[in-house]
Amino acid sequence: MSRLETIRLISYAKSGHYGSSFSCSEIFATLYYYQLNYDSKNPKWAERDRFVMGKGHSAVGVYPILADVGFFPKEELDTYTSLGSPFGDHPDMNKIKGIDFSSGSIGHGLSVGVGMSLGARVDGLKYRTYILMGDGELQEGQVWEAAMSAGNFKLGNLVAIVDNNKVTVDGVTKELMNVNPIKEKWESFGWNVVEVDGHDVEALIDTFDNLPNVDSKTPTVIICDTVAGKGVSFMEHGFEWHVANLGEDDIKRAIAEIEGGK
Amino acid sequence: MTTQTFHKDTWELFKSLELSKQLTTGETLAKLGHEHPEIVALCADLGYPTRLADFGEKFPDRFFDFGLAEKNMVTAAAGLASTGKKAYVSTYASFLGVLCAEQIRTAVAYPNLNVRLIGTHTGIAMGFYGTSHHATEDIAITRSMANMTVISPADGVALSEMIEESVKTYEGPIYFRVSRGRETPIYENNSSNIQNKIGKANVVREGSDITIIACGIEVKQALEAAELLERENISTRVIDMHTIKPIDQEIIFNSAKNTGAILTVEEHNVQGGLGSAVAEVLMESGNFCKFKRHGIYDEYSIIGKPYYLYHHYKLDGEGIADEAKTLLNQS
Repeated sequence: MSRLETIRLISYAKSGHYGSSFSCSEIFATLYYYQLNYDSKNPKWAERDRFVMGKGHSAVGVYPILADVGFFPKEELDTYTSLGSPFGDHPDMNKIKGIDFSSGSIGHGLSVGVGMSLGARVDGLKYRTYILMGDGELQEGQVWEAAMSAGNFKLGNLVAIVDNNKVTVDGVTKELMNVNPIKEKWESFGWNVVEVDGHDVEALIDTFDNLPNVDSKTPTVIICDTVAGKGVSFMEHGFEWHVANLGEDDIKRAIAEIEGGK
Repeated sequence: MTTQTFHKDTWELFKSLELSKQLTTGETLAKLGHEHPEIVALCADLGYPTRLADFGEKFPDRFFDFGLAEKNMVTAAAGLASTGKKAYVSTYASFLGVLCAEQIRTAVAYPNLNVRLIGTHTGIAMGFYGTSHHATEDIAITRSMANMTVISPADGVALSEMIEESVKTYEGPIYFRVSRGRETPIYENNSSNIQNKIGKANVVREGSDITIIACGIEVKQALEAAELLERENISTRVIDMHTIKPIDQEIIFNSAKNTGAILTVEEHNVQGGLGSAVAEVLMESGNFCKFKRHGIYDEYSIIGKPYYLYHHYKLDGEGIADEAKTLLNQS
């Protein structure tokens, strides 16, 4: 559903982040339909879990889910990217119910999450904060400032999710600016590291079920092995589809493949 | 008898303690901390020089030292503010308003969050520590951000009063620009009246021949200039324009009309700072008068001990009086 809606919405805009949204479709679905604690009728509920997209350009994959779980009517999505619409390529917390923080500047998300996790601690609340980052995002220095501080402040209520789809705008992450080894980096910053197939919903559920207690002293990072453009054969693994626009025939092919794959 | 720790004019140290008496953010927040559980404070390994640590000592669970990671600190403050906190962040202005400009813009101003940034040791107050430590761009940078309030208080009392207002009633992001904390104060300590209100400029001296509009520690220097000008029978009005955005337009119109000459004074680049803000108001109002922006003239400041540096840039009383006379003598 997230993938099909992404294609529909991007067709309005004539340009959008297909590949980087498709790589985290299962992550979004598992978070909103299984893991996150929220109340779509009370989006500002103080005890809700927080979800921040460090890679805000995947927002087009989340908007349809937010509508589906009741934050706003699905028809509102049809304004996507039109003049004055609340729904842009990157999300705005003051315009869209269910969005916990505005994003768009890659590398800020984990720092925001550190602040939210500290806020939970100050208030004595038990919610968790989840931050989705891309592997390309790990090239931003601020991510490692935040990673260091999360370990230092012992934020067991903070969960980072790395959508390791291995591509960025200009090419393949490993060749363009190698971020590997990812696992060892997080371990050395004092994090609990879990590796999982990011397209395997059952494995994701199992990972979330086994998160350390909120009161634990160690933040957790879930490194999700994913495929950019997952679900559409001619998009998979290709950095060309990070930002792109599908022609009409390609849209039909993509929709057929996604529906066939369900 | 209190021991004097530094020379009041040169700021040269006698002993390295009790330096920053005018940096009142921490003590003000500490005073309000019990009544206002929403206050949290963040620093970046400069908790003592900024005196934010005064809050941390009383409320250690609401005080976070981020080490030398200012961008992470500012963005985390935004995260905290999104959970309902009023987050006070303090470090040197060169590492806050300048270094973290993008984080302030995107994570604080754009989402319109209650993050209060207190950039200390601004302008050329860091003297010989180096041009890298001077902040003569921070007004221009923060003033161009929508939602942002920009305040340059004249002394510790003014800072404290407006910090208190920002806790109790004021909403939205604020950039406070303060000096090194060793300046001579101008407002009355322990006054029963509030002497500084955000958005409302203060006439700190009346006069009829020229108006000097200053902010921050230059207000005190402008008052000294007015004394010198008085000896030459020039009557000088001095305005403390502590809030640069939103600016008090009425007092600018009024000064143009009633004194016919305005000199702005700031320890900031004349490009984009207080002088530019006043010029914008004047040009759009049609209330024209003799006008000059005085400050750092679009250059990277040289180094030196602060006393000599302020003298070099004519940002002391004597230099400002000179500038005022030059403006008045223009035909």
